[in-house]
Amino acid sequence: GSARELVCERLKSIQFPGLADVSISQDIPVEGEITVPVGSHSPDEDYSTLDEPVRDTIMRDMKAVGKKFVHVMYPRKSSALLRDWDLWGPLVLCVSLALMLQGGSADSKDDGGPQFAEVFVIIWFGAVVITLNSKLLGGTISFFQSLCVLGYCVLPLTVAMLVCRLVLLAGAGTVSFIVRLVVVVAMFGWSTLASTAFLADSQPPNRKALVVYPIFLFYFVISWMILTFTPQ
Amino acid sequence: VGPGRGGGGAAGPGRAGADTVSTPAQGGGSAVIDMENMDDTSGSSFEDMGEMHQRMKEEEEEEAEGEAGAGEEEDGEFLGMKGLRGQLGRQVADQMWQVGKRQASKAFSLYANIDILRPYFDVEPVQVRARLLESMIPVKMINFPQKIAGELYGPLMLVFTLVAILLHGMKTSDTIIREGTLMGTAIGTCFGYWLGVSSFMYFLAYLCNAQITMVQMLSLLGYGLFGHCITLFVTYNIHFHSLFYIFWLVVGGLSTLRMVAVLVSRTVGHTQRLILCGTIAALHMLFLLYLHFAYHKVVEGILDTLEGPNMPPFQRVARDVPVVSSAVLNTTAKAIALTL
Repeated sequence: GSARELVCERLKSIQFPGLADVSISQDIPVEGEITVPVGSHSPDEDYSTLDEPVRDTIMRDMKAVGKKFVHVMYPRKSSALLRDWDLWGPLVLCVSLALMLQGGSADSKDDGGPQFAEVFVIIWFGAVVITLNSKLLGGTISFFQSLCVLGYCVLPLTVAMLVCRLVLLAGAGTVSFIVRLVVVVAMFGWSTLASTAFLADSQPPNRKALVVYPIFLFYFVISWMILTFTPQ
Repeated sequence: VGPGRGGGGAAGPGRAGADTVSTPAQGGGSAVIDMENMDDTSGSSFEDMGEMHQRMKEEEEEEAEGEAGAGEEEDGEFLGMKGLRGQLGRQVADQMWQVGKRQASKAFSLYANIDILRPYFDVEPVQVRARLLESMIPVKMINFPQKIAGELYGPLMLVFTLVAILLHGMKTSDTIIREGTLMGTAIGTCFGYWLGVSSFMYFLAYLCNAQITMVQMLSLLGYGLFGHCITLFVTYNIHFHSLFYIFWLVVGGLSTLRMVAVLVSRTVGHTQRLILCGTIAALHMLFLLYLHFAYHKVVEGILDTLEGPNMPPFQRVARDVPVVSSAVLNTTAKAIALTL
């Protein structure tokens, strides 16, 4: 009765403004589903994603993350990274990097290496600062897109960390240092180039250097942490 | 509640971009973005959600104004009489959505307030480079108030560079930080100096009737850190006491002279000038001294000895990184010094 009428009135006035003055008589029962026909994709999709097995959801998200990893390793001018931003990849990379950097400082009295929280905070705080900086310089990229790109471009450095740990297993001499230095420098360059390829386009052309410098500094600090890591 | 899943929160995938236009469901969040109304910050469903619902809210408000009276009576009457679970639930959900939206809008407008900093970041790379070089050149004309550019990009980047250099110095000298972390100490020191000393100098300038604003003070002090960066970068790698003192005097002195000259040109009266310039010179030079000695344990055996070609072996080795690099640098520096 009046409940349906109220709801239908509101629906009509918002969705179909032209029909606002059409009234429904009380005698005719109003039946049917109260779903918006035009935007019906959303509720249907939601029901279908709610009902689908967990494996499907996870696989879909993982495929999206994996696709972005590929984009980072071979930086092309594609906007997929920017359009469908997500922060799963950066989170995974950040956590794995922080775990690998923890080293053996747990049992020594002095602070031999960066703690987990330190690395975490550096990465996220640094990314936030760079994003704010690029926005203040007149960039057109949004906050989370920039965070997404910077986080994903930590991938080469994570790979470098893995390589460094493996090399350190073999021994810690001058040769291993040189190998690690070369690997870290190469990955640092790759990270910086990859993130520049994505981020610099959103800046006015004459200010690219102003945006690239903090990115350079950010990845330099991370590379430095990786290079100076020695397991106790 | 709808918005929770529809907005695609911070860690969720954003499927927003490619969907077609559609009017959003009433009170329900959706990941669909109205393509026609995309502005520059497009692509992120988080920000567009705020706009979209703001628009929706405005539309609703315009329409609700017309039928506000009748609607409310009906609502109250209805709830009092029937209290159907579905309708009540919908009302409550609606209320919650309104409250949540209002809070989110407030937070959103707070976030948008970084725009007040925007004019201070309006620089070109050439300008930054020019100002960096100028910060080492003391001006001669002190009778005319010198122009200070009120920008914050250069100083901010210099502070971060100093943090990076400090980290490098702390790591290579095996500095033991008992409370707090390496990074926290470095950031705290550098930002503390920049913001704290700027505020203190601004306060003094206010007392001494100097014509300088807070942003200009921040900018002046920030650019003065350029000398610090150079000095520390060189002396953290080449461990020579005398080299450090030379750099301290020359480079530190030049940047101090520049700051002093600018301040003098903007102050009237001998006593005031003396107070201001003395303070800033002292703080600036002492900070450099502090950075060098507190965060950098000089490796024993390589010190300030220019006599004797016998280089004593390394006694304290922090990591294998500095062993190789600083050995090379030290040997070179010593060789150069000996031949001079």
